[in-house]
Amino acid sequence: MFEPVLDVIAAVCLLLGALLSAAAGVGLLRFPDALSRMHAASKPQILGLVLVLAAIALTARSWSTVLVLVPVLLFQLLTVPISAHMIGRAGYRTGNFRRELLLVDELEEAVERASVEQSEERRRAEPDDR
Amino acid sequence: MSLVYLAVGILLTITAVLAVVRIVRGPSILDRIIASDMLMSTLILVLGTEMVMNGHTRTVPIMLVLAATAVFGSIAVARYVSKQDRTNEGRP
Repeated sequence: MFEPVLDVIAAVCLLLGALLSAAAGVGLLRFPDALSRMHAASKPQILGLVLVLAAIALTARSWSTVLVLVPVLLFQLLTVPISAHMIGRAGYRTGNFRRELLLVDELEEAVERASVEQSEERRRAEPDDR
Repeated sequence: MSLVYLAVGILLTITAVLAVVRIVRGPSILDRIIASDMLMSTLILVLGTEMVMNGHTRTVPIMLVLAATAVFGSIAVARYVSKQDRTNEGRP
């Protein structure tokens, strides 16, 4: 008597996951620059994956399946932020974003400070070059 | 129940098509790598949906391997792009 309820819950989870994934796809197509596209692609996808994995666990109903599904989720949770960070870093450095859309740019000050310090260090290290 | 599977299939197909459109159109290489990353996540979701639909768990290892290795492509491309940019800029 309990199993049809679990099946319905699994179907709802599947539907929500697919909806989140489609929302990510629309955001990927509609957003203006690479940084916001990365945001749209990485965030809803994780929750969609969680929902689909929950649906699999609810229909399989065995602990061994859950034990294999947990590493899938862990791998995605660990690697998606890494790739998002790397892509965001590369996107900022290649100027692949629209500056007028940014409210705060904290990285620019840091980059300028670092380059000034670097050039001063170089001047101190090689004084007889000029 | 089959209506739910039909809706899920349509939504995931829309997602995959949108990702492919972004891969084809994407102005920069970063847009393309983001979109192909998302195509991979959509593939994982499709595998999961198929398992729920047919009531088996045979493709869980494929999901595991895809989830573990999908990141390497984007990391490699992101590193390549920033290195190329740095030589263009002339800064060390």
